[in-house]
Amino acid sequence: MKYLFLLITLLWYAGICPAQDFPAPMQPKRVVNDFTNLLSRQDQARLENKLRKFNDTTSTQIAIVTVPSLHGYAPNDYAQRLAEQWGIGQKGKDNGILVLVKPKSRDENGQVAIAVGYGLEGVVPDAIASRIIRNEIIPEFQNNRYYEGLDKATNVLMKLTSGEYSADEYATNKSTEYILAGIFLLFIVFIFLTSRFKSKGPGQGSGTSSQAGPFIFWGGLGGGLGGGRSTGGGGFGGFGGFGGGSFGGGGASGSW
Amino acid sequence: MKKGYIVLIVIAVLILGIFLWFKGSYNGMVQMSENVSEQWSNVENQYQRRLDLIPNLVNTVKGYAAHEQKTLTDVVNARAKATQTQISFDNLNEATMKKLNQTQGELSSALSRLMAISESYPDLKANQNFLELQAQLEGTENRIAVERRKFNEMVRSYNAYIRKFPKNIVAGMFGFVPKPYFEANSGAENAPKVEF
Repeated sequence: MKYLFLLITLLWYAGICPAQDFPAPMQPKRVVNDFTNLLSRQDQARLENKLRKFNDTTSTQIAIVTVPSLHGYAPNDYAQRLAEQWGIGQKGKDNGILVLVKPKSRDENGQVAIAVGYGLEGVVPDAIASRIIRNEIIPEFQNNRYYEGLDKATNVLMKLTSGEYSADEYATNKSTEYILAGIFLLFIVFIFLTSRFKSKGPGQGSGTSSQAGPFIFWGGLGGGLGGGRSTGGGGFGGFGGFGGGSFGGGGASGSW
Repeated sequence: MKKGYIVLIVIAVLILGIFLWFKGSYNGMVQMSENVSEQWSNVENQYQRRLDLIPNLVNTVKGYAAHEQKTLTDVVNARAKATQTQISFDNLNEATMKKLNQTQGELSSALSRLMAISESYPDLKANQNFLELQAQLEGTENRIAVERRKFNEMVRSYNAYIRKFPKNIVAGMFGFVPKPYFEANSGAENAPKVEF
């Protein structure tokens, strides 16, 4: 009888403990599973909102999970197993990404890992995942700015996975963005100068039309800004849960 | 006369039943064996990926730590050995698996020694190229661990399938043999922590 009890206890531990290393996704289903309350409710909602919207438009699932302990696994390894278990990304497409954070504790370093699904290994190679951790996440995390780090990292991941820019472009220091901004600025100056130049042209009567040029332009810019801002609002759409994507161990990790 | 027909029908049904069972078992084994074989090539691909990374890594380290000659040649030699022991799925058995584990294990430890010495070269650690290679190596080690684990799971269900009575009879007739596992104790089940 005593042995039977012992056997049952042993089986219990053998069967249950490994499962407890990996938590079940939170209910109701969400993309940001903050098991350690690293982020404020507001920040969680902001990230959740952004990533859900991204999921709705591209079907690419970028999940953020924070856990209190890695249970002795290497960060990469833990992230891969958790992501595979939850099935982040769509089945067949395998377009899921997991950003895993184990916050710093009194006697342990903070760990962060990005696990990249099979289907996204091409657009987010390991070296790029590592660069995102080093450049976007760690510097912010070191100053306890967790939301900012995760926000920046997910922005880059969203741009990479939606094809807005390629891994190479990201690696060459986001210069394209600046170049584009520069060209845009030059364009403004050019229009401004030509319109002024024209107004000082031969016919004084055309003054009104030259005034109209810049005016219309400013109106357009204002509209553009307003449109950009409006995307920040909007309520929670339903999140149908993770789609069964598979992970092959791609990604990177870092610590702070 | 009528009785004879019934016997005939019963026999025909029995034969058909046996045939269908044989067909099901055999096709099931072929399918599972195919899956295991495919997973094996995934494992091989990841090993190959690691082999492909090494020359670049060695060259980068050489640029900063040229007098760590022994560690560098150890890696090069271990790589050469690992390149030679590539095992096709048909030749996969306990003995060849053991050899593979040994050569890849040697390569792993040579690589971790190389990574350990890089710790004492700050210039190397700040080198962008090295950082990328380090990230790629880490990702590859992780991928190897994942593919090995998936391989073991597939082999486990395949082996259980062909060993169980009465399917083992079909397996014996058509030469389906159990496939070996990756050893768990070689430490590769859990991806090695690449610390720098």
